[in-house]
Amino acid sequence: MCYIPHMDHTPAPRPAIRAIGLRRTFKARHGEVEAVAGIDLTVNQAEIFGFLGPNGAGKTTTLRMLSTLLPPTGGEALVAGYDLRRAPQRVREHIGYVGQAGGTDHSVTGRAELVFQGRLYHLPARTARRRADELLETFDLQGIADRNIGTYSGGQRRRLDIALGLVHRPDLLFLDEPTTGLDPQSRARMWDEVRSLHVAGTTVFLTTHYLEEADALCDRLAIIDRGRIVAGGTPDELKRAIAGDVIVLGVDGQASAALDVLSAQPFIRDHDPLTPDASSIRVYVDHGESSMPAIFRVLEAGGIVLKTVAMSRPSLDDVFLRETGRSLREEAA
Amino acid sequence: MTLIVDTWTVFRRYFAKSVSSIPYMGVSLAQPVLYLVLFAPLLKSVSSVPGFPGGGAYNVFVPGLLVQLGLFSATSGGWSLIAEVKAGVIERMRVTPSSRVALLLGRTLRDVAMLIVQAGLIVGAAVPLGLSLRLPGVLLAFVLMALIALLMASVSYAAALLLRDENTFGAIVFSATLPVLLLSGVLLPMTLAPQWLQNVSAFNPLLYAVEAQRALFANNIGDVNVVKGFVAIGGLAIVTVVAASRSFGRAVA
Ligand SMILES: Nc1ncnc2c1ncn2[C@@H]1O[C@H](COP(=O)(O)OP(=O)(O)OP(=O)(O)O)[C@@H](O)[C@H]1O
Ligand SMILES: [Mg+2]
Repeated sequence: MCYIPHMDHTPAPRPAIRAIGLRRTFKARHGEVEAVAGIDLTVNQAEIFGFLGPNGAGKTTTLRMLSTLLPPTGGEALVAGYDLRRAPQRVREHIGYVGQAGGTDHSVTGRAELVFQGRLYHLPARTARRRADELLETFDLQGIADRNIGTYSGGQRRRLDIALGLVHRPDLLFLDEPTTGLDPQSRARMWDEVRSLHVAGTTVFLTTHYLEEADALCDRLAIIDRGRIVAGGTPDELKRAIAGDVIVLGVDGQASAALDVLSAQPFIRDHDPLTPDASSIRVYVDHGESSMPAIFRVLEAGGIVLKTVAMSRPSLDDVFLRETGRSLREEAA
Repeated sequence: MTLIVDTWTVFRRYFAKSVSSIPYMGVSLAQPVLYLVLFAPLLKSVSSVPGFPGGGAYNVFVPGLLVQLGLFSATSGGWSLIAEVKAGVIERMRVTPSSRVALLLGRTLRDVAMLIVQAGLIVGAAVPLGLSLRLPGVLLAFVLMALIALLMASVSYAAALLLRDENTFGAIVFSATLPVLLLSGVLLPMTLAPQWLQNVSAFNPLLYAVEAQRALFANNIGDVNVVKGFVAIGGLAIVTVVAASRSFGRAVA
């Protein structure tokens, strides 16, 4: 006999973030705004976790709470292993935070800001200068290090923002919309930077409105809408959860009749709610290729004229649409 | 200890930023001299009016000018703070383990340092014109000057954190500084004012600052006005520094 170690006995790694019932309301002119309405969240160590949601969903508010910038109205959280309420100073030592607006001063040089940031993290002066040099090199900013930040391009400034969040080598980095407003090239580059942080073992918690970004970059994600998490999991899990394939049928003026006959069919797993002026309907099936002929037959028998048909693998947008009844693309536009 | 180190770090950053801005330095150094050159001649003829304090026009005028400078230049700190809050610079600092109080105190001390430099410039320029300097009065005058700067900068930062909007801040600063200035006896001594106006001005802390500065420039250290000035300005400075630091430490949304 040989001894087989039991996997179950190795302690589970401590999560980078565990939040329970985190809530935040703001006092507004007319009553209260519930920006974050009680969310539960676990982010594992060394993963890229994405927070996907439309404008005003509560992404920034959640990040600001988790990074000690904003006291929660309710709930608890452990961040980098420390209690957010009881040990905010400890949390600050272990996290980096890059805000949505960046946070650089245009009339200072990139190098000076990096050294200053290091000093705020209590690095000795020489270490802070050395670390600034390292980061300038990593983020390819040496050539412009001694220029005022006001002269940087959008992509350069965003890279500096991220470098500023990394001066103290945090275990956990919050990035609030790291690529919003960047051109496709700078965005691709930012993705590479985030991936290399991931390779180095840093946990990254990022927010985005971009489905492609969440899909391409994140190990796991949560979809947030109106202060609530409406779905969570790996991008694949989320997509699998909705169905095998999405079929969009163009049926001018006959949408509700088409939906009536189709929803009675066993192979139609689900469909999207009908919008009043809809000229097309979306249905979810397990196997698009084999369901299509059956759909055609059913529609024809029901006297419905099919104008167009399109089939796609489900995207995160479909997940969002299903959970909230709205499309993220429309919101972002 | 962290408080001192962090304050020094923050002070150095903001001081270097001010010094490296050539337009900023140009304006802030030219402005006091311009005041002196343009305004002092007017005072020459007024100083013979009955009720005007003795001791020479410049020894009456320069102390007031210093207080005015404190009022005007230190209030500008709030503008830059609002801009930095909006740009996320303040959040970037608040997310570090640095002392919260230091983040505000460091920049307040920068304002104090800048004002002391400006004040030194005015005093230096006024000596050849007829200002007489006597120790230790002048040294105490500079200490009081630092307290005035501390007070005004803190008030400015507290107001900025409360209002969070440049336009509102500008409107309030603009409409508040003028009456405060008039009722402080900076431009014309309050001894020339009717009784009711003197009664109103008794609530203006800067009045005590001006009277203390004038006594110090006359080297009357034991003057009761000196004590009143230090108590009023020093006491208020402590209160406002604490208040501003606390509101800074709370959420800067
Ligand atoms: N300081 C505040 N005072 C009042 N309401 C606020 C405040 N901050 C945020 N809110 C409100 O809370 C809600 C969530 O805002 P939040 O900034 O978290 O959204 P978001 O998901 O980051 O959106 P975006 O994608 O546009 O950045 C919004 O309705 C917003 O107006
Ligand atoms: Mg946001």
